[in-house]
Amino acid sequence: MLMLAVAGINRTLAQITNPACSLDRLFFLERMENHFALFGMTPRFTIDAAVLDAAYRDLQARVHPDKFAAATDAEKRVAMQWATRANEAYQKLKSPLKRAAYLCELNGIDLAIESNTQMPPAFLMQQMAWRETLEEARDTKDLLALEGVEAELRAARAQQLSDIAALLDDAQYAQAGERVRQLMFIEKFGDEVGRAFEALEA
Amino acid sequence: MALLQIAEPGMSTAPHQHRLAVGIDLGTTNSLVATVRHGIPEVLDDEDGHSLLPSVVRYLPDGYAHIGYKAQAAQTTDPKNTIISVKRFMGRGLKDIAYAENMPYSFIDAPGMVQLKTAAGIKSPVEVSAEILATLRQRAEDALGDDLVGAVITVPAYFDDAQRQATKDAAKLAGLNVLRLLNEPTAAAIAYGLDHGSEGVYAVYDLGGGTFDISILRLSKGVFEVLATGGDSALGGDDFDHRLFCWIIEQANLAPLTDEDTRLLMVKAREAKELLSSHAETHIDATLGSGEEVRLTISATEFANITQHLVAKTLTPCRKAVRDAGLSVDDIDGVVLVGGATRMPHARKAVADYFKTLPLANIDPDKVVALGAAVQANLLAGNRAAGDDWLLLDVIPLSLGIETMGGLVEKVIPRNSTIPCARAQEFTTFKDGQTALAVHVVQGERELVSDCRSLARFELRGIPPMAAGAARIRVTYQVDADGLLSVSAREMHSGVEASIEVKPSYGLGDDDIARMLQDSFSSADQDMQQRALREEQVEAERILIATQSALDQDADLLSLDERTAIDTLMSQVRSAAQGSDHGTIKDAVEALAKATEEFAARRMDRSVRSVLAGRKLDEVA
Repeated sequence: MLMLAVAGINRTLAQITNPACSLDRLFFLERMENHFALFGMTPRFTIDAAVLDAAYRDLQARVHPDKFAAATDAEKRVAMQWATRANEAYQKLKSPLKRAAYLCELNGIDLAIESNTQMPPAFLMQQMAWRETLEEARDTKDLLALEGVEAELRAARAQQLSDIAALLDDAQYAQAGERVRQLMFIEKFGDEVGRAFEALEA
Repeated sequence: MALLQIAEPGMSTAPHQHRLAVGIDLGTTNSLVATVRHGIPEVLDDEDGHSLLPSVVRYLPDGYAHIGYKAQAAQTTDPKNTIISVKRFMGRGLKDIAYAENMPYSFIDAPGMVQLKTAAGIKSPVEVSAEILATLRQRAEDALGDDLVGAVITVPAYFDDAQRQATKDAAKLAGLNVLRLLNEPTAAAIAYGLDHGSEGVYAVYDLGGGTFDISILRLSKGVFEVLATGGDSALGGDDFDHRLFCWIIEQANLAPLTDEDTRLLMVKAREAKELLSSHAETHIDATLGSGEEVRLTISATEFANITQHLVAKTLTPCRKAVRDAGLSVDDIDGVVLVGGATRMPHARKAVADYFKTLPLANIDPDKVVALGAAVQANLLAGNRAAGDDWLLLDVIPLSLGIETMGGLVEKVIPRNSTIPCARAQEFTTFKDGQTALAVHVVQGERELVSDCRSLARFELRGIPPMAAGAARIRVTYQVDADGLLSVSAREMHSGVEASIEVKPSYGLGDDDIARMLQDSFSSADQDMQQRALREEQVEAERILIATQSALDQDADLLSLDERTAIDTLMSQVRSAAQGSDHGTIKDAVEALAKATEEFAARRMDRSVRSVLAGRKLDEVA
């Protein structure tokens, strides 16, 4: 999660020791570590994808290394760091799931994806049913059944997302966090379905 | 949109001065160089009017080499010393090379990359490629009448890190300043996109001599965004030749062949394949070294039948790329064909059937990559005005990972991530008092390390002894805009660090390159000195122009002291460049570079702020 901050943080530390660096700039750099702020957007779940796309492109048009191919090595390096930062932020905000997880994180919710695997019983039952269908479809090479599972997944995903959207924009972060964890389960299962498709088509 | 017209950062102060830059398509079968003159991209011909340079190098006992047509003419008489399709060996070990047993070369299985024993000594594929690149560089400098500022070199999108690094090393060895490594399908998309003013989602199907790429791109408002890429870096026209070659042997019932006969029949196979793209049938006539005659006739239908499995093999990556892009085939607005092998009618038909659309091939599929690369080189060299440019967002083709316990791969950066990108992952020690950690960097999609390509290994040493699990080691992967990886590791409590540019195990170290440069000029040490001096002078000139440009735009970001320091260092660079010692120039350039780091960071901050400020105004308005 923290990752891309790496470039930014290192620089911030370097600048603290540099008397020429104003407090104003330090605040600016810190503010830019927020993905939403980097694109001049308000941190909320419901966003206008076109606004995000445009903001990302405007920023990349400024910082992308291709704009600095003739510049000094120092400028090339800074450009790579900012472009990296822009890509990271864009990917996080573009994907509804990642955006939701990021908003939870910003609001102090620890999703504890690795340690916390508690799920409501109804959700688990649903998962088991899907898994059975998937295995059967895989064994019998039943493309139609596989497409059926995929369609159900798509519907479940859409439902989860619309619930999450409502919860997040209503500032109910803890509840949203629960649902985000469920959606992550669904996504992981979706990857397995994708691999099953690949195996069938190969 | 643009409320504030601000001079584009990084642009030259002298926009009217055209900087000579070229695009080079370093192909498996043929290579080309192109440039933009008077606003129009064009391929540069050699003095005989040939635009293609066969990617063939013949080494002679006196240490010299023939490159291109002259080398190609000798391929059946001197196959052992005449290297064709060297691109297939770049960044590859012997075990990676298909049909090595049918090749006439004396391979040496060097660690990381094979080498070839020739009449002129042992050659690395990097050196062979550098001969081709140097020939094209010479062609360009002769045609344009001056030194080049730099070059964009194209690589298959599906090239892994080792293959990219090898290509960049070859360019360096050929004395080229690499402005960017550009993916071939992306280059083609630029040529088409700008030519047609296209918008929408396009697939670029690129079947070259030795590699296959499929890229899915979205073109909109001056942005070329690669959504997904896939391919096979060991599948191309060569494989169709090889299949036809095997067919000839079967049909003519031939005994094991000499190297010369093998090469002869390969050449005949290629000729027949090319003819079958426009003829219903063709003859294969050859006289072997023994005097034995081979006379066969093959129809286009028969050829399609025996190679249909190869065409089918290209469709699997197509499906995967479409899925990775999060799209279905119906979302694709058009398909572009690139690479000479797409002239084969059955390949075209397969593409048309799968994408349900008639593919575009109105730009010569042999030239389109070089043309696109030239256009991008022209942009990168700063020959276009702000506002009259475009943005290219490309991806890495294969996931980058790290070896974890049990020989498993933990993916750090997934395939199709937009570059540049970086990702950090934290690891810990598993034994009490453990003071070192081995980092093994791999590339590929499989779960086992043994099924992925090993890119580099390094160790983080000097970790203070702690209980198992107490150390926090952050490993950071950074992929730059050329798609090249560097890795660093840092223990967070103690600050112990180690890092590596992913080169040593599969690419060449800087020392190797220096040695090769030395070798290539061993007969004329003076040349070597001259060249080093010239290169440092060019670099000095480049950094002076870039720094002056930065000062012209943003000098107010510097305090008086800082400004004085930079001015002093600039004049030191200027006077060093007048002298004849390349070491002095290098030191002065480095001092200036170091002194401008903070300035560069502040300039970028300002630029980012202005984007944000511009947006707020937009929203109000």
